[in-house]
Amino acid sequence: MIVENSEVILSVRDLTADVDGTPILKGLNLEIKAGEIHAIMGPNGSGKSTFSKVLAGHPAYEVTGGEVLYKGQNLFDLEPEERARSGVFLAFQYPLEIPGVSNLDFLRVAYNSKRKHEGLEEVDAFDFDELVQQKLDVVKMRAEFLSRSVNEGFSGGEKKRNEILQMALLEPTLAILDETDSGLDIDALKTVAGGVNQLSKPDNATLLITHYQRLLDYIVPDFVHVMEGGRILTTGGKELALELESRGYDWVREEEMAEVGAS
Amino acid sequence: MSIQVSTPVEELEAAELQAVGLSAAAQKRQDYLAKLLNLAKSKPLDVAGAAWVQALRDQAANLVQEQMFPSTRDEEWRFTDLADLLQVSLQAEGSGAGVTLEAIAPYLLPEAATSRLVFVDGHYAPELSAVDDLPETLLIGNLGRLATDARLQPYLAKQAGAEELFTALNTAGMQDAAVLFAPKNLVVETPIHLLFITTAGSVAKLTLPRTLVIAEPQSALTILEEYVTIGEGTYLTTPVSEIWVSDNAQVHHSRIQRDHASAFHIGKTAVSQERDARYTCNAISLGAQLSRHHLEIYQTGEQTETHLNGLTLIRDAQVGDLHSTIALTQPYGVTRQLQKCIVGDRAHAVFNGKVFVPKLAQQTDAGQLNRNLLLSPKARVDTKPQLEIVADNVKCTHGATVSQLDDDEVFYLQSRGIDAATAQTLLVYAFAYEILDQIPVESLKQSLSAIASQVV
Ligand SMILES: Nc1ncnc2c1ncn2[C@@H]1O[C@H](COP(=O)(O)OP(=O)(O)O)[C@@H](O)[C@H]1O
Ligand SMILES: [Mg+2]
Repeated sequence: MIVENSEVILSVRDLTADVDGTPILKGLNLEIKAGEIHAIMGPNGSGKSTFSKVLAGHPAYEVTGGEVLYKGQNLFDLEPEERARSGVFLAFQYPLEIPGVSNLDFLRVAYNSKRKHEGLEEVDAFDFDELVQQKLDVVKMRAEFLSRSVNEGFSGGEKKRNEILQMALLEPTLAILDETDSGLDIDALKTVAGGVNQLSKPDNATLLITHYQRLLDYIVPDFVHVMEGGRILTTGGKELALELESRGYDWVREEEMAEVGAS
Repeated sequence: MSIQVSTPVEELEAAELQAVGLSAAAQKRQDYLAKLLNLAKSKPLDVAGAAWVQALRDQAANLVQEQMFPSTRDEEWRFTDLADLLQVSLQAEGSGAGVTLEAIAPYLLPEAATSRLVFVDGHYAPELSAVDDLPETLLIGNLGRLATDARLQPYLAKQAGAEELFTALNTAGMQDAAVLFAPKNLVVETPIHLLFITTAGSVAKLTLPRTLVIAEPQSALTILEEYVTIGEGTYLTTPVSEIWVSDNAQVHHSRIQRDHASAFHIGKTAVSQERDARYTCNAISLGAQLSRHHLEIYQTGEQTETHLNGLTLIRDAQVGDLHSTIALTQPYGVTRQLQKCIVGDRAHAVFNGKVFVPKLAQQTDAGQLNRNLLLSPKARVDTKPQLEIVADNVKCTHGATVSQLDDDEVFYLQSRGIDAATAQTLLVYAFAYEILDQIPVESLKQSLSAIASQVV
């Protein structure tokens, strides 16, 4: 929801970034305020995942220019874990499998890292169990997934639910969901979308990354940005997503060209 | 990081070498061996009136005398260099007295509170041991007290491979031994803790711990054999364990080596399995500057089942070497071996896994896997699976993998608020867990897990 005069959560200015010396992000601008849901859409290879990993702090991506302020603070001053603890959450496009680390232990360690950061007491295994049981409902996940290794042998949909379960526990200020809809059947999509909607509050913000409009039937964005070639080409309301669906990305490209030509 | 899959080098027989005269280096090694043997022979025999044990010692001393001290020119010792040991001047030690229950408290296991034999520097320590509430027919204690039991003589020092240098050295200086004898049909559920302590200090000692385990038909035993140090300093320990698993018997064996970081540990586990016998070994190797474990399985009956789980967890400049041999001789044997190594800093892990499947051992099902996790660019592993398969109707597989911590996995954990160091620890622990989870005693599993969680 768009809230008058709400706090700026994320401010991205002229961001450029490389992978292995190849420029991928080429001057990206974006502003997200508390309460808002933004969607970034764009064809494969346009740099959406790169942008999300740069925000989360993946070491393989090198920021070469521009700035990103998170709640007014330079995001790049923070280590990846510090970003997470201060409320940045990335739901991965391809969540990793970590054999040997139990999902429950993983969730508890992650939850307690955040508690510690906030100066709160760590939660013991017993109390955590109770908490996590409640959160399971958000994504309609069965408890047996807790005793398994993190994502090991999970189906695509189960992995995505597990990401949203983590989000439900960590209650981020800025949730970035990278292609959370891909690989989900319609029931799973509704479940995941329901979870995200339930977690969206006036004091937090959500950035959805997708290349299909489908997810946006269930999570209604306040702003839609179209990304191409490492930049945001155009921004509109939720109707932009529908237009993209019917007219394709070429149309945006042409408009952009025309605009550049005219100016 | 380096991984080597080795090819044989030319081996020189002791006799050949002696014929051509010894080089200065070889002479130094032989002088060292002579000193080792003298030290071993000077060990008092704590077994009163047992001439047969003295006879075993004398025979073994002769075996030692005939051999060359190994160098890296020997194929079997190619990657494990004993040169640093040669610099250690070993001395005859004192009585090994003075260790209190309080001092060994960290090693006591509540699950084995009244099923524990403790040896200090090779001597049985009755005041530290506790044997109570065990089935009456179980023979448990030290050889010094039990040597007159006629049932032991056919087994002690009779296991195959007894002539191997360090095994023979142990026998040549055998002072006493931990003895377990489970008669026919006796199932002992309580785990038995065999705790071998070396007291380290300014004097570098040679200790020769010894274990004899006999599981008669249909019996079952769970053994926790552990090597630890009180004090600080270097020493050489060359323990030998002989385990006899008869028809339908089961032995679940965990062997924990956590010697002091300056110690040298060259140990042997020799196991024979009769028909339908089941043997499991969880060998955890954490300590010593150089450790070598010879783990040898001799199948003497059909349809045996053997599980060898191993974890070598080393760092700094430690060397951790497992040389295993599974010698099948009969049909329908099933063997499963999983050896994992976690190697940090400049440490060096060695794995040599021999599996012999001769013509008679048809329908053998043998699997071997060696997985290595290297935590630093200078860490090294040499792995050599060595399967010699003659039988034609068998299923034998082997594999070796080497990996590093995955940056993406570390990042995934970091992105959930877990700092990089903790993330690495979790991942290392996860790698070790598969083996540690096999330890049947919770308190021991916990303490080893805590160690595994500190390695990064
Ligand atoms: N680790 C990497 N190494 C090299 N190139 C990469 C890497 N990650 C992404 N790229 C390249 O960056 C571009 C953008 O990729 P990505 O951010 O995954 O796009 P999207 O998520 O929009 O599909 C692609 O051309 C891709 O090949
Ligand atoms: Mg992507």
